[in-house]
Amino acid sequence: MSILIRNGRVIDPKSGLDEVIDVFVNGNTIEKIDKHIRKTGSDVRSIDAAGHIVAPGLIDTHAHLREPGYEWKETIRTGTMAATKGGFTSVVCMANTNPVNDNKSVTDYIIQKARSEASCRVFPCGAITKGLKGEELSDMGELYESGIVAISDDGKSVKNSAILLKAFEYSRLFGIPVISHCEDEDLSRGYVHEGRASLLSGLDAVPAIAEELIVSRDIAIAKYANAPVHLTHISSGGSVNIIQHAKKSHKKITCDTCCHYFSLTDEATLGFDTSTKVNPPLRSKEDVEAIKEGLRNNTIDIIATDHAPHEGTSKDVEFDIASFGISGFETAFALSLALVHEGVMTLPDLLRKFTVNPAKLLKLPYGQLAPGKVADIIIFNPDVEWKVDRNSFLSRGKNSPFHGWVLKGKNLLTLVDGKIVYRDKSFKA
Amino acid sequence: MNWTKKDLLGITELSKEEILFVLDTAESFKEISQRDIKKVPTLRGKTVITLFYEPSTRTRTSFEIAAKRLSADTINISASTSSYVKGETLKDTAKNLEAMNPDVTIIRHSMPGAPHMLARILDSSVVNGGDGAHEHPTQALLDAYTIREKKGTIDGLKIVIVGDIIHSRVARSNIFTLRNFDSEIVCCGPPTMLPPHMEELGIKVEYNLKKAIHNADVIMMLRIQKERGGVSYIPSVKEYSAFFGLTGEHIMNAKKDVIIMHPGPMNRGVEIMDDVADGPYSVILEQVENGVAVRMAILYLLLGREK
Amino acid sequence: MENRVLLDNKAVERTINRIAHEIIEKNKGVEKLRLIGIRTRGVHLAQRLKQKIEEIEHISLPLGVLDITMYRDDVFKLKSPGLKKTEIPFDVNNITAILVDDVMQTGRTTRAAIDAIMDLGRPKRIQLAVLVDRGDRELPIHPDYAGIVHSAHPEENVLVRLSEVDNRDEVVVVTSS
Repeated sequence: MSILIRNGRVIDPKSGLDEVIDVFVNGNTIEKIDKHIRKTGSDVRSIDAAGHIVAPGLIDTHAHLREPGYEWKETIRTGTMAATKGGFTSVVCMANTNPVNDNKSVTDYIIQKARSEASCRVFPCGAITKGLKGEELSDMGELYESGIVAISDDGKSVKNSAILLKAFEYSRLFGIPVISHCEDEDLSRGYVHEGRASLLSGLDAVPAIAEELIVSRDIAIAKYANAPVHLTHISSGGSVNIIQHAKKSHKKITCDTCCHYFSLTDEATLGFDTSTKVNPPLRSKEDVEAIKEGLRNNTIDIIATDHAPHEGTSKDVEFDIASFGISGFETAFALSLALVHEGVMTLPDLLRKFTVNPAKLLKLPYGQLAPGKVADIIIFNPDVEWKVDRNSFLSRGKNSPFHGWVLKGKNLLTLVDGKIVYRDKSFKA
Repeated sequence: MNWTKKDLLGITELSKEEILFVLDTAESFKEISQRDIKKVPTLRGKTVITLFYEPSTRTRTSFEIAAKRLSADTINISASTSSYVKGETLKDTAKNLEAMNPDVTIIRHSMPGAPHMLARILDSSVVNGGDGAHEHPTQALLDAYTIREKKGTIDGLKIVIVGDIIHSRVARSNIFTLRNFDSEIVCCGPPTMLPPHMEELGIKVEYNLKKAIHNADVIMMLRIQKERGGVSYIPSVKEYSAFFGLTGEHIMNAKKDVIIMHPGPMNRGVEIMDDVADGPYSVILEQVENGVAVRMAILYLLLGREK
Repeated sequence: MENRVLLDNKAVERTINRIAHEIIEKNKGVEKLRLIGIRTRGVHLAQRLKQKIEEIEHISLPLGVLDITMYRDDVFKLKSPGLKKTEIPFDVNNITAILVDDVMQTGRTTRAAIDAIMDLGRPKRIQLAVLVDRGDRELPIHPDYAGIVHSAHPEENVLVRLSEVDNRDEVVVVTSS
C-alpha cells in the first residue's frame, strides 16, 4: 500500500524544507519528495493536500496514559486515539501509573498493550525512584533494556537531593535523560498561583518560587553530575530566566512548557472552574509573556501536552479537592498555532518544538520528513476555525478549560508508520 | 431599583447601587426586631435551608432568626450529621435538596467556590454564608450597615482592618464592599498574613498597629488562627497579641468617635482586649443585631426578585 | 384618555373637613384616638386630618405611619417591592386606631394594614377613613368614613392627587380608552 500526498506545503524543520511539493510514501517509509510525482496503480492512494501543511508527525514528551491502574480515566487505546487526532504520532507516557512503572513488568505491559491497541507510538518513561517514593533508585538499567526512553518521578519532585544526584550520575551509564518535575512540596500547599487572582479568590495559593527553587536545584545537581537534565512543564517567568542563564554555562539543559501556560492566565481560576486546576498552576500575565518570549528565543526547546485526563466525578467537586490536570491532546497543537498567528514565531520554528527537538532529547529516529525516514506524517490546516467541544473528545478525559473556544488551526490527517490512523471528517482523503 | 439576582454569592457580583439597596431595605427590617411581636408574614410558606459544612453559631442563628421573623420555615443541615459524613458529594447533596423544593439555601463551606457550584445546580436561590477564605457577603453588608448607621456615611472615612487578612473571607468581602466608596482602607497585620498585590487594589498596607490606627474612624478586628495546614504564620499567639492585639491604649490614637468592630467569635485577650471589646467604642453587639436585619433584607429581596 | 374631576381643589378640602368632624362625632371626642396613615398618600391625608381635628378640638392627636408592603398578599407580584419604614411612635394597645388611606377598592390593603397593626399590639378598636370609596370589594371590609363613594368601572382608574406630592388637590377618574 502506498500513499501519494500531492500539492501540500511540506515543512521539514530539520532540513529546512518549506515548499509546495509532493510526498510519496511506500509501505512505512517516505520514499520520495519531489515536484509533480506521478504514481498510478490501484494500490496507490492519492491525497490532495492543496491549501494545507504537510509536516512530520508531532512528538509529545510528556503525557499521562493512565494505564495500568487508572483505566477509567484513560487507556492506552483511548489516549493514543486522542493523541493522533491532535497530530501526535509519538507519545511518552509518564510512570505514575498503578503500579508505578519502576520495573520491567510494567514497562513490558505498556509496550505490549501499545503494540496491540495504540494508534501511535508509545514510549514509556520509567520512574527515578521505586514507587515514586523518593527513597530508592529504581533499576534503571533493567528499565532501559525494557524500552524506557527517559526517567522521571513526574507528579512529584525527588525531594532528597542526595538521591537525585545519584540518579543523575547513574543515568549517564545509559545516556537517558532525566525529566525533572520541579515542585518544592513544602511550599506547594495550595491549588492556584499566588498572585492577583488568588488575592481575590481566597484559594490557597502557591508562590512561583516553589517551581523556581527546584529548577535551580535540579540544574545545579545535573551540572555537578555532568549529566543532561530536561525540566518539564515550565510555567513561570522566573524559571525561564534561570534556565536561560544556566544554559550559558551548562549545555545539556533542555526544557518544555505546555500550551496552557501560554494560553491562559491565573484569572481563569476566578470562576472556580475546576477545569482550570492544573499543576503547576496557571500563572500571571507577566509569566505568560515570559513563556512566549522563552519559546521565541529558544530558551524553551519543546512544547509538551502534559495530557492529564480525569473522570468527571473527580473534577465535578469543590475546587480544593478537584483533581489537577487538563486533557490536552486534542487542543495542544491548535492552541500552539496561535503563537504563529500572533507572530511570536514562524511555523517551521513551532514545528521544530514538536518534532526535531523532542526527537533529539529522546534520541528517537522520528520527527523528520525526508526520504528514507519512517512515514509519521500529519496534514493540517493552520487557518481553519473550529469550536472546541470537550464532550466529543476521543479521550476519556473531558476536563478541558478550552471548551467553547474557537481555535484557528486543525489537524486533518495523521499517518503513523505509513498508515492513516486519524482522518478529520471534513478532510477528503 | 429592582433586585434581579437569583443568588448572593459574593460582593464582587454586586454593584454599588445594589449594595446600597440592601442597606436601605434593611432599615425597614430592623424595626421589626424591636417590636413585641417580631414577625411579619412576608415569607410565609417559604422554605429556607441552612446547609453548614463548617460549624457556626452566630451566622446560622442569625439566618434562622431572620427567616423565622419573616414567617418562613427553616431547616438546618450540618455536615457532621448529614450524608456528607457518608461521602456524598456536594453535587449529589444539591440535587437531593433540589428535589425537596427549597426557596433559599444558605451554604457555609470550608472551600471557595462551593456556593457557586450549588447555585449552578439549584434553580432556587443560594446565599453564600462563607466559602473558605473567599467571601462572606452578608457579614460585609451588615458591617457596611453598621458603619453607615454609626457614621452617617461610608465615604471619607479611614477604615482599618487588622488581622489574618490572607485567610479571611470577612476581610475580602469587606474590602470588595468598601472599594465602592470613597474611604481609605488600611490593612494591618504581620507580613505573613498580608497577601501580595494589595496596593494594586488601592489598599494601604501597614505593619505597625499604632501607625495604622492613627486617626482611624473604623477599626475592624479579625480573629486569628496560629496555624493553617501545618504551617505557622506567626511564631506564637503571645507574640501576635503583643504586636497586634488591640488595647485601650491603642484606641487613644484613633479618632475620638472611632468604632471598633469584630465579626466574632472573639479571641479575648488575643486580638482584642476585654476593655476594648466591652468598652464604649465597641459596636460588636450592634453588628449582631444589624446582622438579622440585613439577612432579613436579603431573604426578602432574593425571593421577591424580578424574574 | 378621558379625565373626569370628581372633587376639585376646594371640594377636597371640604371633604376632609367633614371626615374630621365625623370622626370626632362618632367617637364622642378624641380621647384615645390615634391616626395611622397608610403610605403613601394616606399619610398626608392623616396629617391633614390631624391638623383639622386640632383646629376643632385643640388637641394634638399622635400620628403614625404604616408601610404595609410586608403584609400584602401579593407582595412578590409587585414590580418593585420597595420598602419604607413603619414608624408608630405610640403604644398601639388599648387605643382607637383610625386608619387613613386615599382610595379603597378591593379591601386588601386594609386587611394588610389591620394585620400589621395587630402585630404591634392590641388596639381596642380600629376604624377606617378613606377619601374615595370606589367599590369593587374582594373582601368583606368597609370604611367607617368615606369622603365620596364612586362606583367605578373596571377600565376606570380613580386617582387622588394631593398638593404635598402632586402639586394640586383633586380626585379624578381616568378612563383608558
